[in-house]
Amino acid sequence: MQGAKLFGGWREALFGLRPKAPTRHPLGREARLSGIVSGASEGHGAAMPHDHADDAPPHSLLPPEPALRVKALETLLTRKGLVDPAALDEIIETYAHKVGPRNGAAVVARAWVDADFRARLLADATAAVAEMGFAGRQGEHMVAVENTPEQHNMVVCTLCSCYPWPLLGIPPGWYKSDAYRARAVREPRAVLAEFGVTLPDATRVRVWDSTAEVRYLVLPMRPEGTGSMDEAALAALVSRDAMIGTALVAAPT
Amino acid sequence: MSRVHDMGGRFGDGPVVPGSEDDPIFAQEWHAQALALTLAAGALGQWNLDVSRHARECLSPGDYMAFSYYEKWLAGLADLLVMRGVVTRAELAGAIPAASTLTDRRLKPEAVAGVLARGGPASRDGAAPRFAKGDRVRTRHPTRNVMVDGGHTRLPGYAAGLVGTVELLHGCHVFPDANAHDQGEQPEPLYTVVFDAAEAWGRAEAPGDTVSCDLWESYLEPVA
Repeated sequence: MQGAKLFGGWREALFGLRPKAPTRHPLGREARLSGIVSGASEGHGAAMPHDHADDAPPHSLLPPEPALRVKALETLLTRKGLVDPAALDEIIETYAHKVGPRNGAAVVARAWVDADFRARLLADATAAVAEMGFAGRQGEHMVAVENTPEQHNMVVCTLCSCYPWPLLGIPPGWYKSDAYRARAVREPRAVLAEFGVTLPDATRVRVWDSTAEVRYLVLPMRPEGTGSMDEAALAALVSRDAMIGTALVAAPT
Repeated sequence: MSRVHDMGGRFGDGPVVPGSEDDPIFAQEWHAQALALTLAAGALGQWNLDVSRHARECLSPGDYMAFSYYEKWLAGLADLLVMRGVVTRAELAGAIPAASTLTDRRLKPEAVAGVLARGGPASRDGAAPRFAKGDRVRTRHPTRNVMVDGGHTRLPGYAAGLVGTVELLHGCHVFPDANAHDQGEQPEPLYTVVFDAAEAWGRAEAPGDTVSCDLWESYLEPVA
């Protein structure tokens, strides 16, 4: 608790406060009360994190507003020499622009046009997608599951948000939502209807709950009328959701 | 025996809102920062994936439900940083940061591509599998970590005590129930076990619908 009353960390970084702290008031009261920094100028009032008890979880010591919370942590770790902001930028750049569902769509299109590749993909997806240069974090153990008229596959992670990053990128908000995590396993057809997908009762629905480090890619059915299309054109038809199993690939119009 | 993250099958969450495929990958700039910070802090090597999952699961139900997705990540990260002694509570609260002994482990920008491309495979050498494809197995009931009370486990509550069929064998994988608690990797054979939806839920939306989980061998017992 004592340290929490010193100024100079995230509060300074965020609010431009530059008190002479960590010197403490001669009477032993915290610097804040000495007039160096007024409560009013901080604008936090009753929400000051140091109001928490010592047994409060550490995260409750951070600022209440999420954007400030992440900034505070980043500032702290950067100042301690544990994080390089340029590395953070590199990570963000990777998942914002380089790694995303176009990777998975390329895999699907190749499987549609190349029977040998399709067989390798279904036998060992990790090795097959590595042939195309796709590998890495959250895609170390890939399994491809093929949609057929008999079985439709749909992927969820009920316990957290496991998802094949190298092929599909960072999961969309709905995939991480409580509603999807809770309901996809129990009533997949009702969830599919919310995505505008209705399957015949004769098509079995298979939900894959990603409870380990195996990551699933749904291989959608190739639509009718695409026989003359090349791989790139086919890949353009394949949506992210079709590779999670919450959409079908529609024939080109 | 449950924690709040184990929500498979729960009622009351309302509709799924699909959004658009063109929605931004990160709805807010701070979401991207939170993800990057979590990955960069993980690269310091002070915990593993299972430890970090458990940290998020250990958020109080009130916090877990109140926090948005990346707020859970941030909270789990802050708690882990203190738990592992990487930062102090005082530093989190705003004290002037002290020097760290871990600075040589800092993830460098030029190393990011390689680290992300390598990932961290969970497969390990280990025992031969006890079960074969097609075997009938029953899952542990109730779900729980048998080594650590209230500890991390990856058998969802809805799948506890069910009889299913072994469909895929994945070799041995790091055992999260041990690895999340600094008890080593203790790799075990990992299986995909498929359950009839009617068995899991009492009623299936349509006959023949199924749900599968990826489960470690010690979660399973043979069914004669």
